[in-house]
Amino acid sequence: MDIEKNIFELRERLKYIQDIFGFKENDNVVLLGAKLQELTDALPGLDAAEQVRQLTSLEDLFAFLEKKLERQLSPMDRVRIVRHPQRISLKDILEHVYDNFTEIGGQDEYSVDPSMLIARAYITRKVGNKVHNQSVMVIGQEKGHGQEFRNGGSVKPWGNAKALHYMKVAEMENIPIHAYVNTPGAFPVEDYPGAAQQIARNIYEMAGLRVPVIAIFSEGGSGGAEAIGLADVRLMLSHGYYSVISPEGAAAIEGRIKPGQKAPTELMENCAKRLKITAKDNLSLGFIDRIIQEPVLGARTEHFDFFRSLRQEVINATDEIILNVRGMNYFRAKAIMRQKKSPRVNAENIFVRWKLGGPARERLLWKRYQRFMAMSRHAFLDRRPVGRKCMEFGLDLGWSVYSFFKYDFWRKHQKKVSNLAEDVGAEFQVVFDKCLAPARRLKAVFSRTNDEPNGNNQCQLTQLSPWEKRESDQQQGYISPQARKDRAVSCPNALVHGCMDMWAPDLFGEWAGVCIHCGHHFPMEYDWYVHNVFDPQSVREFNAQMEAINPLGYDGFDLKLEEAKRKNGLKSACRTFEARINGLKVVIAMLIAGFRGGTVGAAEGEKFIRAVERARKKRFPLLAYTHGTAGIRIQEGTCGVIQMPRCTMAVRRYLEDGGLYLVVYDTNSYAGPVASFLGCSPYQFAIRSSRIGFAGPGVIQETTGMPMPPHYHSAYQALARGHIQGVWDRREMRKNVYQALLTVGGRNLYYR
Amino acid sequence: MLNITEMLDQIKASPFEEIVVRAPHTGVVEFVQNKTGAKVAGPSGTWKEKPGTLLARLTREGNVKPIHSFQKGVVERIEHALAGKFVQAGTPLMHIRHFLSKDEVLDKLLRKTLFLFLAPERAKYFFVPDVDIKVKSKGCQTVEVRSGQELFIVSRMKRESQLNYTGPEGIIYAVYFETNQNVEAGAALIGVCAKEQLPAIQDVVSRVQGEWVEEE
Repeated sequence: MDIEKNIFELRERLKYIQDIFGFKENDNVVLLGAKLQELTDALPGLDAAEQVRQLTSLEDLFAFLEKKLERQLSPMDRVRIVRHPQRISLKDILEHVYDNFTEIGGQDEYSVDPSMLIARAYITRKVGNKVHNQSVMVIGQEKGHGQEFRNGGSVKPWGNAKALHYMKVAEMENIPIHAYVNTPGAFPVEDYPGAAQQIARNIYEMAGLRVPVIAIFSEGGSGGAEAIGLADVRLMLSHGYYSVISPEGAAAIEGRIKPGQKAPTELMENCAKRLKITAKDNLSLGFIDRIIQEPVLGARTEHFDFFRSLRQEVINATDEIILNVRGMNYFRAKAIMRQKKSPRVNAENIFVRWKLGGPARERLLWKRYQRFMAMSRHAFLDRRPVGRKCMEFGLDLGWSVYSFFKYDFWRKHQKKVSNLAEDVGAEFQVVFDKCLAPARRLKAVFSRTNDEPNGNNQCQLTQLSPWEKRESDQQQGYISPQARKDRAVSCPNALVHGCMDMWAPDLFGEWAGVCIHCGHHFPMEYDWYVHNVFDPQSVREFNAQMEAINPLGYDGFDLKLEEAKRKNGLKSACRTFEARINGLKVVIAMLIAGFRGGTVGAAEGEKFIRAVERARKKRFPLLAYTHGTAGIRIQEGTCGVIQMPRCTMAVRRYLEDGGLYLVVYDTNSYAGPVASFLGCSPYQFAIRSSRIGFAGPGVIQETTGMPMPPHYHSAYQALARGHIQGVWDRREMRKNVYQALLTVGGRNLYYR
Repeated sequence: MLNITEMLDQIKASPFEEIVVRAPHTGVVEFVQNKTGAKVAGPSGTWKEKPGTLLARLTREGNVKPIHSFQKGVVERIEHALAGKFVQAGTPLMHIRHFLSKDEVLDKLLRKTLFLFLAPERAKYFFVPDVDIKVKSKGCQTVEVRSGQELFIVSRMKRESQLNYTGPEGIIYAVYFETNQNVEAGAALIGVCAKEQLPAIQDVVSRVQGEWVEEE
């Protein structure tokens, strides 16, 4: 027995335990340290047999106490586990789970982004005497056991773009994708393609990927995780976490920590607990399908048994998806169900071809869509009475049937009928003209004798034309509360442009909150847009009764939520309504900055999805007006973050059906919504002086270590980076939206 | 001819600049910084995006406007009598004594002694080849210039044109542009001094570099 080697291994195990439990006082850790030191000191004086005996005894103690410590793991300990350099990395998985692989587009630091690793791999299955090599595209974040250049698995926008490229390649090659999520979050830079916009692009494309996608979560940090985590089956490692924000980030927000300062450790522990980030929490919330059990205190490179069970699980998951959407599957599906219950059964003995045909691909997409739509339904309150729900369901159904007949059925046959009607009409017209020709000739003779100067023409030449009705005359329905204050307001650009002070009633009344000198847009209430952009009395709100709640029971959040509801007179941060602009019907979803910063939780997500569905069924264009959003509501944890793929999938379905989706940003729009259902729109516009980005300047400075220049997130910068398609003046929003409705959009635009 | 040594002595006698903070417009003054002798900071940050120390607030028509210090220094005098009173635009509110740094002293001296030849438009500037060789091999202070001399090549969007020097005769004391970098219109390209003044200027510059003590 190599005593020295075993002592070294024990020391490594102890160091790992100390790292995991960090600063916390733990008797078990202290005991292990003391015992190991005792043995190390005593070893030279012991004979060989005694050395082995004492070492074995200490190893048993280690195993026993590790099990005990496993039961004491807090959510924050799990965060430390997944970030530990000894934690299994994607390269270990490629080595041990797959039979062969080729890394694509990178070799260590020589890569577009070393934190994103792509590999073509295959799994060999021997069924009977036949050997099958089944190819997969492996995509995932790589931490590289603490390699600095991997950036801790924090992927830059171009890394996510690389991932998307190879997802599309996998789709073209008709092979499954295995996505290993192991990131604390995306790297927050705005350079093209932009952190938020690229994640939005990834989610949008993944919603329509026509190959099976299996996601395995180790560290699922918010948007970075969603960039590759939209999958048909989501597995999670038992010691992993999946969260809307890192516990450090949540603690910084909760504790109102200034940039450069660190949040207290206790607050971080509390936030990690409240956010419900562990695998068990996520399983009970329904955001993952299964947990893959790891060895005590988390899987490390030497745990070969774990790799075997991981291999079985990914094979099982891939088989399961394929068999769920393919025709001949009865016996194999049953066998796989049995395997899931009994892990000792070998998944590789049943052969399932991992290629899908056309109809199966369609079924795969539909199942994926349904699966995500069913998520987080418990996380909001629908206060509509049963009668109203039934009535609205009936109306909804009616619209579906009407749409089907009008747009799907009638449109197919409309051409033939109208052609026939045109021909018949033209024939009839010829006969009619022939019959009336003598009468017309007589009329012409009489009219020539009574010819007088045309009165109408004379009027036009000699009189002034009547005043055209100005748009502003009909739009005086709303007066901003800011305009009721008798005070002067300074423009923030006064030093640069020399703007004069303005009187608030003028500024927020007639001038619509726009500096008349430099054009700076002051923040304006969302009501201004409701009253000034849409036709008067055309706004019809729906789903107003859907209410945001505190699904995770986050301490102290109920009070804050009640306060927001009372202050705004709203039940959630999202208002959805139908309205008209110059007679054109539009469905609008508004995110309102005053309600918890316009954050998106389960209620907001569901309202948005229902608005998209309504627009799709009624064949109306959809306008998402973001009065302001600070991102996903962190207090709702994964119930919030799951809205990113959910809403994006609804948008994709709408766009694929031919809808027109416009996004208009106002004030500040950041994080999750921009990185998903807003950022995926092909037509995004911003009101001047608004700010658009992925993370705020403080977060960027803390993550990248670089100070952010002023106006880094301004609308014009976003336009210059190609993130948005135009900058609008607030006073011209009605005109611009109308113009966009007439000119933007595909050939299938519904309202044409 | 300018007496540079005398100029330096003058600056040494009063090594600071007196900055008068005035009311930008009418309003009621409230002093935030109300201790004489207090140190104040100017704008900071990479892009000077962080404003300097808050000195006072001026309220007009319910609009409270902060007045920040735009230079580093020490509060010399505060017009306490104006606190809480309505003042007219331009009324002195505070006096700040800003001690000159080495760079500022040199800048002040050189501005008075050198003739600055300015860039007429935003472009990249190069010396004509023979001057360029001389500047690179022996240094710019060996190049003599006179009005009408071909001195620069102006390059803008691949269009190249010649620019002649116009100004007093002398030698190039300093070059302020870098090859291949765009120079804004109105920025100095070269500083020219009379040949006989060169030793005096060099002497003063080395004295400033060695002897000037910067006060906090």
